[in-house]
Amino acid sequence: MTLIQSLRRSLRSGPDTSSARPAVAAVEPARSVGQGPEVEIQPNDPLFALLQAARGPLDISSLDIDSAALAALQAAGVVLVVPLVSQGDLIGTINLGPRRSEQDYSSDDRRLLASLAAQAAPAVRVAQLVQEQAAELQARERYEQELRVATLIQQQFLPRELPRLADWQVAAFYGPARAVGGDFYDFIELPDGRIGVVVGDVTDKGVPAALVMARTHSILRGDAPRLVSPAKVLAHANELLVAEMPERMFVTCLYLVFDPRTGHVVFANAGHNLPYVRTADGVSELRATGMPLGLLPGIVYDEVEADVAPGANLLLYSDGLVEAHDPAGLMYGFPRLREALGSELVGSDLIDDLLDRLHAFTGRGWEQEDDITLVTIRRSRVGEEPGVELLSAATAATGATTLLAVDLPGQLGNERLAMDQVAGAVADVGLEPARLERLKTAVSETAMNAIEYGSLGSPDVPIEIVVTLGPTDLRVAITDRALGGPIPADGADEPDLDAKLGGLQKPRGWGMFLVRHMVDRVEITPGVDHQTVTLIVDLQGAPDASPSV
Amino acid sequence: MPARPFESEVSIAPPGVRIVLHGQLDRDADLAAAYDRGRVLAGGPVELDFGDVDYINSTGIALIVGLLAEARRDGRPVLARGLTEHYLEIFRITRLADFMTLLDEQPAPAGAEGGRR
Repeated sequence: MTLIQSLRRSLRSGPDTSSARPAVAAVEPARSVGQGPEVEIQPNDPLFALLQAARGPLDISSLDIDSAALAALQAAGVVLVVPLVSQGDLIGTINLGPRRSEQDYSSDDRRLLASLAAQAAPAVRVAQLVQEQAAELQARERYEQELRVATLIQQQFLPRELPRLADWQVAAFYGPARAVGGDFYDFIELPDGRIGVVVGDVTDKGVPAALVMARTHSILRGDAPRLVSPAKVLAHANELLVAEMPERMFVTCLYLVFDPRTGHVVFANAGHNLPYVRTADGVSELRATGMPLGLLPGIVYDEVEADVAPGANLLLYSDGLVEAHDPAGLMYGFPRLREALGSELVGSDLIDDLLDRLHAFTGRGWEQEDDITLVTIRRSRVGEEPGVELLSAATAATGATTLLAVDLPGQLGNERLAMDQVAGAVADVGLEPARLERLKTAVSETAMNAIEYGSLGSPDVPIEIVVTLGPTDLRVAITDRALGGPIPADGADEPDLDAKLGGLQKPRGWGMFLVRHMVDRVEITPGVDHQTVTLIVDLQGAPDASPSV
Repeated sequence: MPARPFESEVSIAPPGVRIVLHGQLDRDADLAAAYDRGRVLAGGPVELDFGDVDYINSTGIALIVGLLAEARRDGRPVLARGLTEHYLEIFRITRLADFMTLLDEQPAPAGAEGGRR
């Protein structure tokens, strides 16, 4: 009886006493070799250390130590154990029963077995590593696939357009974390002309959260026009969700209805962050409390009313912003958000500012911990131009001629196609050659970022390129679907060549740095489910001067 | 012009080695392998010839950074020639120019032969 056993262990030397997993797994022995039972030798079993230190085959027939593995081997009729040691680690054993001749193993037999083990051990270790790597790869691919599915589900339920309202300015931002949380928001036009606004957050991440989000979204969409009252909408949604909510999951949700004609607001809250309102008197919370959806049946929600005066600005948000941490573990928190809201900024400028402040707080290399959703609703002052954030920054250009509007598959390599198409479109603009070369590099880099991070390299998720020529500038707007989260704030992308050469920074990370040096201005506009980077080349002034930095 | 894949030729060029680069220097360019081939051939300075390179993106810049780091560890100076005016500017902006000797007195004009950028 012979059995080659392979111990699945890391390459660390010494037994891993903390390991709770089985220490031994069988590898397929050669067909000509008889197969015996598998015996697990835990790293904390005394036999493990004995075999690891042994210089050759170990006769266990008369061995007497307190070892579960030894007892099992002896019970299985094993008399000789040949350790397979690779780089000081015991990675397996060859277990032999008595010889068929019933004689003891000779010293020649033992030398032969020791030699065999010395040759087999590296091969077994390589096989183990290949198996481990294949398993890791599979797990990683499964995870990535799940992320893609979760992202797609989530994107399906985010609004494609924001409501266009006279005297109101509406902007929204959704930035998914890499693990994709369960944030959602929506605008629902009600039959009486009022607008329902929903901001919610499902506990948990990935596909389960995305599915619960989708279900919650459907319920709210169905109930809102029929029930109208925010408290009733949440109460009914709660009843439906309680019955079907997976364990340890729930949904926080704020539902607010406002009348664009009067500024009157009614809202109810199911455990979500309280919205902020900024008025001439300062920043305050709109207070309403209630149990999250899906936890307990029979919940009655309070309904609170307020009036939004001209010039007042509402912010609804998820906890991904306030619960972000800096490198020292300090949380961003509500006071910082409240302070940030004190600025006079509105719409996407306000959102940009909030994100810039957040990125300044979290520092470089921050991996977003949770989805971030921001919705701002502002009532214009009398005589002010109302505004709605548009899908693409390029469409906001006025008095401009569109030279190119094209969608390209979000496939790596298409950045060159983007560059060539833009170069062709601006051929007659009369840019100096050096400025054209700079613009081409900026387009290529921006498109590559859009493909790599906005489309996650998926050909099915296109990027949009719009080139417009205005009276004073040339604009190239590249819009992506923001699947990989928001573009880092200005200054968060400064590469340091000394650090890179010293191995303290990765060699990559030049993209946005180059872009900012190649054109006169760069505008980053976050949107509903997209973001737009607009490259601006001024057409007046020194024609071939390097752009300001 | 259609994108040309990256290729490299490595040869001994006393007192060091010369690596002639062709095509586009992007994520598919195995610049490290070219450097390794040069390391086997000879010690001394490493001269990079960009004269037939028509596209370098930020990933290509990162590859050059990687090569520079490797050359620093090996104690080998790096020289560059054949860069267009545009890429000379990029080498200055990124400070790559601070860590290698640029051999071109007269930079090749943008849009010169072979659709060079």
